Amino acid sequence: MRPLTLRRLLWTCGGLSALLLASVVLALKLGAVPISVTDLVLDLGRIALGRANELPSEYRMIVFDLRLPRILLGILVGAALSVAGASFQALLRNPLADPYVLGVSSGAALGSILALIVAPGLALMTPIGAFIGAMATIAGVYFLGRREGQLDSTTLLLGGIICASFFSAIIMFLMTTLAGRDLRGMVFWLMGDLSTPISAGMQWVFTVGLIAATGAIYSTSADLNLLLTGEREATHLGVDVTRVKLVVYVSASLLTALAVSASGAIGYVGLLIPHAVRLIFGSDYRLLIPASALCGAIAIVLADTLARTIVPPTELPVGAMTAMAGAPVFIYLLRRGLR
Amino acid sequence: MSTPNTFAQSSHGTGEKPNSEQTVRLNVEQASYAYSASAQSVPTFTLGMTSFQTREREIVAILGPNASGKSTLLRLIAGTIAPLSGRVELDGEETSRLDVRTRAQRIAMVHQESPAVYPALAGDFVLQGRYPYGRALRFANREDIEIARNALAQVGGEHLAKRTIGELSGGEKQRVILARALAQQPRLILLDEPTLHLDIGAQVELLERLRQLAQENRYTVVVVTHELGLAAEFADQVVLLQHGRCLRVGSPAAVYQKELLEQVFDAPLDVELGPAGRPRVNLRARRGEDIS
Repeated sequence: MRPLTLRRLLWTCGGLSALLLASVVLALKLGAVPISVTDLVLDLGRIALGRANELPSEYRMIVFDLRLPRILLGILVGAALSVAGASFQALLRNPLADPYVLGVSSGAALGSILALIVAPGLALMTPIGAFIGAMATIAGVYFLGRREGQLDSTTLLLGGIICASFFSAIIMFLMTTLAGRDLRGMVFWLMGDLSTPISAGMQWVFTVGLIAATGAIYSTSADLNLLLTGEREATHLGVDVTRVKLVVYVSASLLTALAVSASGAIGYVGLLIPHAVRLIFGSDYRLLIPASALCGAIAIVLADTLARTIVPPTELPVGAMTAMAGAPVFIYLLRRGLR
Repeated sequence: MSTPNTFAQSSHGTGEKPNSEQTVRLNVEQASYAYSASAQSVPTFTLGMTSFQTREREIVAILGPNASGKSTLLRLIAGTIAPLSGRVELDGEETSRLDVRTRAQRIAMVHQESPAVYPALAGDFVLQGRYPYGRALRFANREDIEIARNALAQVGGEHLAKRTIGELSGGEKQRVILARALAQQPRLILLDEPTLHLDIGAQVELLERLRQLAQENRYTVVVVTHELGLAAEFADQVVLLQHGRCLRVGSPAAVYQKELLEQVFDAPLDVELGPAGRPRVNLRARRGEDIS
């Protein structure tokens, strides 16, 4: 028997944090204006010492005003989506669950857009609208996926995909009629994109929301391990199933809402990352949640760097990159599950 | 199988109650239940008043054909549903009023095998039985690992620890599920049709093991089954149900009457008394009789 120990947990998370730092440095370096790693490290050192004003100004603008905020946003979004995906997988007992596949991302996007239409002046309305949209969608998909009181895996996914395409159609309708064919906005909400910076105030809202929701989910991670063996069994082993499901449902919806209101509906991250983490580190949620958060951050930072640099000077939306990688994996998992 | 009883029963040693052989462990007193679609509508299924009492080291078989209310009675005993009338008490406390954690420390449930979403090692699966004793993230301590290992040893499954649940045979899987229940260190073990997917050898082995464990670890065991023969051979007490009514409670010899069983199970059969005072049931084909 080799159960998870605190030691192994900390070592794994430490290693992944180092990898995340390395990807951040790489993402800062790569781009239309190349910058050497040595310069970067020296500059980061200067900033740490509080001598940021000694840096050359146009250079500082590229690296620290353009690239760094986008990277930080990528970290938040990647972590949020991966943790949300892992949570939905436990909540619905379905390895294919993912905020995008279940239509929760599209629901959150629609919620954001409606909030923008109703109250265009209030910055906080976007994430709140997204949160309501996400909660309503997952509740709807959950009831669509029930058959004779049982949660049916295939019906659930079908319900999610139908919801996603229905919401996408409404988003297109709204963007065309109200925003006057705002194609860039449409790509943002339907595909996901990190190129729109968010305000400093919103960055705080996101960071706090991410930490609170991930913390809440993490506090139930031992329960989630048992929930995956079935609700009835979990009850007999002492899990307060109703409470755990409520905590995870609200927190995962919040994570999806935050990610979507900041970057649109980036797909498949929540599916791809927890699956890869399970293959490498096992399916214990006490390790899966933090490892997914870190790996999700790494994946989005790298995917966005690739999206920025693959066809210069044009930039691809990061959602296109994740869908290109994620859809084949989804099909593979689906086929394997059917066998 | 002769595993030494290293399994510590921490919460209720012999010292507390000198005459615990005589005290009632599980008391089901005029318990009834009704399922209905909504609060106003007519119930779709009712379980009538059922009463029986059992002590530690006893095996009770809840016996009856399909849809007789066996599983409902088991859920009432487990405390996951509260009786409509009457009471279900474990050592004087109503099981449905215990909080989930305390309940899991006292009552273990063995279901028919459940499909796992992700493959788990048998050892980790058994360790889940320690969940009701842990705190927060529940990292297993040395004691938990020791208890889980002993639990596996008690079901003769030491060699299974490092194999995944998916690759075990039906009998091996059932043993691992039982080991998880033992790791909970319960007072009461409930089993829901545990022999359903087992071949005959594994069925006998499981029940022998239960009888031995009940003796060694002072468990009370309640088994839901429709296997007349196995219940006769292993149960100390039989609760016979039909259409949600409790027909008889008593020793197998008292309950197993030819006419009664024929009527309840709707099958012609013979009952004879075996050497140890336990009845034997033989099924008869309805040759030449009307099948109406």
